[in-house]
Amino acid sequence: MASEGGTTGYIVHHLTPLSVGEGFWTLHLDTLFFSAALGALFIWFFKSVADKVTTGVPGLAQNFAEMMIEFVDQQVKDTFHGQSKLIAPLGLTIFCWVFLWNMMDLLPVDLLSLISSLMGIEYLRVVPSTDLNATFALSISVFILIIFYSIKIKGVLGFAKEMTCTPFGPWMMPFNLLLKTVEEIAKPISLALRLFGNLYAGELIFILIALLPAFLQPLLSFPWAIFHILIIVLQAFIFMVLTIVYLSMAHEDH
Amino acid sequence: MSINATLIGQMITFTLLVWFTMQYVWPPLIEALDERKKKISEGLAAAEKGQEDVKLAEKKAIKYLKEAKAESANIIALAQKRANEVVEESKGTAKLEGERMIESAKAQIEQEIQQAKETLRKEVSSLALKAAEQILQEEVDKAKHKEIISKVSKQLG
Repeated sequence: MASEGGTTGYIVHHLTPLSVGEGFWTLHLDTLFFSAALGALFIWFFKSVADKVTTGVPGLAQNFAEMMIEFVDQQVKDTFHGQSKLIAPLGLTIFCWVFLWNMMDLLPVDLLSLISSLMGIEYLRVVPSTDLNATFALSISVFILIIFYSIKIKGVLGFAKEMTCTPFGPWMMPFNLLLKTVEEIAKPISLALRLFGNLYAGELIFILIALLPAFLQPLLSFPWAIFHILIIVLQAFIFMVLTIVYLSMAHEDH
Repeated sequence: MSINATLIGQMITFTLLVWFTMQYVWPPLIEALDERKKKISEGLAAAEKGQEDVKLAEKKAIKYLKEAKAESANIIALAQKRANEVVEESKGTAKLEGERMIESAKAQIEQEIQQAKETLRKEVSSLALKAAEQILQEEVDKAKHKEIISKVSKQLG
């Protein structure tokens, strides 16, 4: 399937987003479109279940939704000991959304870009989690929530005290501040890069497999896809659990 | 691979998704789950209570059965006693009646004997009188010999 420009051209083509605009104001239309569409799918499914929810015997869809809800709720209850109307729905949204993003990775790498090229769209990158903007959007939102709850629960002074007087006491104030700042900043960066790195690498390997002779492709892409089923759920799960953990840490008063 | 305005768009989408989930998805579903949990636990409690009730009812039934048995045994015993009494009573009555009948029969026989005796005596005395008339060849004056006649007839009696 190597297009003109050879192997490198093919890989680059597959990893180039469909974008409009210049400089910072560039928009990756494919990322925005697919993540919004997948978000709409998630919302539509859960909303349709919530609309006709019954306390009696649940149907297939409700059963599935309840399974997800209970799974997330259990995770939240295990780590977060307090009252919050936000954390559990946030966890559910992150888990489902990221999972749906990642699931796009299992679609054949050439399928959607072929369809789009027939429609006249030159570039298309279908997996939102291979876009740093998408993963950082999630992690920065979570980071804002961490800071918000830290200040809300501990107060401005309490938060400042935690940033400056731990872990080594007030006499090591500048060192403490540096340490804590790095610790806090590391949270969103690690969250975003972990998800991005895993999915980007996975997608890259799918693309590399697609470059091999046709008879070899199923031999490699099939086991890799099976392995990837594990990766996509795991990465969604890790993102959700770490979000819950970070937010429960923000709620804890030392 | 650069960070750009897509980030902002994604953050807005994410915020909307979280808001929607928080507002319209999570509460009804978790409420339904809690409701069902409550229902199930209530059902289980009711079932347990039902079982307890059944056990209690069984105990009561056994108790009533025992009482009924005892009562029926009592009634049977009473009835038997009464029957015995009735039998005894009728036995006594029959005996008395029999005795009375024997008694009356005996009296009747006695009476008849007496009657027969009387008739015989009368006949004998008239025969004796006739015989005496024959012997004396004359009429016996009954008024004259009244004393003798009565003496004889007494001896015959």
